[in-house]
Amino acid sequence: MGKLGSAFYNRLVIIIPYVWLLLFFMAPFFIVFRISLSTTAIAMPPYEPVFALADGWAEFWAKMRTFSFENYSYLFDDPLYLNAYISSVVIAGVSTFLTLLIAYPIAYGMAQAPRSIRPTLLMLVILPFWTSFLIRVYAWIAILKPEGLFNQLLLSVHAIDTPLIILNTNVAVYIGIVYSYLPFMVLPLYSSLEKMDGTLIEAAQDLGCTPITAFWRVTFPLSLPGVVAGCMLVFIPAVGEFVIPDLLGGSETLMIGKTLWNEFNSNRDWPVSSAVATILLLILVIPIVFFQNAQAKADEQGR
Amino acid sequence: MLRWTRFNIASVALGFAFLYLPIVLLVVFSFNESKLVTVWGGFSTKWYVSLLHNQALLDAAWVTIRVGLLSATAATVLGTLAAIALVRYTRFRGRMLFSGMVYAPLVMPEVITGLSLLLLFVAIGFDRGFWTITLAHTTLTMCFVAVVVQSRLLTFDRSIEEAAQDLGAPPVRTFFEVTLPIIAPAVLSGWILAFTLSLDDLVIASFTSGPGATTLPMKIYSQVRLGVTPEINAVCTILIAVVAIGVICASTITKRRELQRERDERAAANAP
Repeated sequence: MGKLGSAFYNRLVIIIPYVWLLLFFMAPFFIVFRISLSTTAIAMPPYEPVFALADGWAEFWAKMRTFSFENYSYLFDDPLYLNAYISSVVIAGVSTFLTLLIAYPIAYGMAQAPRSIRPTLLMLVILPFWTSFLIRVYAWIAILKPEGLFNQLLLSVHAIDTPLIILNTNVAVYIGIVYSYLPFMVLPLYSSLEKMDGTLIEAAQDLGCTPITAFWRVTFPLSLPGVVAGCMLVFIPAVGEFVIPDLLGGSETLMIGKTLWNEFNSNRDWPVSSAVATILLLILVIPIVFFQNAQAKADEQGR
Repeated sequence: MLRWTRFNIASVALGFAFLYLPIVLLVVFSFNESKLVTVWGGFSTKWYVSLLHNQALLDAAWVTIRVGLLSATAATVLGTLAAIALVRYTRFRGRMLFSGMVYAPLVMPEVITGLSLLLLFVAIGFDRGFWTITLAHTTLTMCFVAVVVQSRLLTFDRSIEEAAQDLGAPPVRTFFEVTLPIIAPAVLSGWILAFTLSLDDLVIASFTSGPGATTLPMKIYSQVRLGVTPEINAVCTILIAVVAIGVICASTITKRRELQRERDERAAANAP
């Protein structure tokens, strides 16, 4: 069989995961889009029209004609949705920036650490990532509650007289996002800082740069690929975050992931939640493509 | 030149304190005698005992473990294939779309993935429950496996494979006898990552599950909404312990194997 057999197996290596992803990742998006053009119905599934394989062409076209962009105009008419989109992007953007501020010194410190302890430090950053997201968010409830541990600490050192209200506010959401996504930011930053040639900084300083100028003109620009990758890894999922705003946020917290969840589970309005998801996807398409290009470039360099 | 300055040490130490303190507090308060999670009332393991009598929770744990084992195994096979396709075949029709589909799920908000998979299952008339959660988790986690295995394959010395093929081994045999043993540590850590991701997932499982299939995170979530109790702390502590032990064991094993392999390769290179 020789060549022929190997060609067949080569194909299979590509075809199996390709078909799987087309079926379970790509196709569902078309279904979401299709249902976003349907109307709500009191039935199971709760939308109309429902296509059946037994439909003839005439029936198919008749059903197609009932499609409308009504759900989308509904989204734009109701300020609730528009505000939720805007506030999701703002909350995700601010938390991404805060995460970067906190993660950079950690990643930098790790990259400067003695070579022998670096694998251990790396392991310690990765470990929380393996523990449940839900559990890590849950852990913060007991800390941030009005009678929680953080307030107990502040009260006992007489820093405050009355407990601070942090839980169920946007501040708690910021803390939750920064905390949960910190490893995603530290890892790419560390890998780009670790690869950096230390002699470049020395050269800059020999040529008269102060440590701060040397940082801004040499270190930071060289770590930019890590900064971009880290920011994308935090920003994109944070925009659609559900668990954090639901458990730590309050009534003032408006995030689209939570809106979608409520629309789907409480209102059982599948067409509107599909429209919400479609618009969210459109908002995220640009950063996602940006992320994929960065990822593909990193692979090329790794080759 | 390395400068492990005081500033560096402080930022790393503070960073780790921030990462670990909440988890440590959660574990500590799971041993609290008092029903309040924020006031220490003495050491007790009674919440762990009460877990053993919570049948609903145990059922959910069993569903979660089965979903995790099945989906992680399927995801490891699919993800490894995807990684090989991405690294070894730089040119084929639709490669752009393929690599896009491998990377996008890593950042895709879970509400979108969950909703879209649910609508797919409804559209094709698939009964929601255990199998739909498993399929959904396989799809999500195979991409993580692909990334882990891919990074190992990129540093792979292909001359070993070529040697095997020159000696007459057919491609499939070369893969199982040469390639797979070398990338095995990455495949194993891919499996563990897939398993823990499946163990953790709340959003996608909630969307794709049906009556009769409740996973542990879904159970924990519904209890958390009612309030914080030491019993939840106890469940969480057990989950954390399982994951931590698994990850530490796996990394020790892979590190040992990696060292052994390097030694073997060096010995082979030095052999006359």
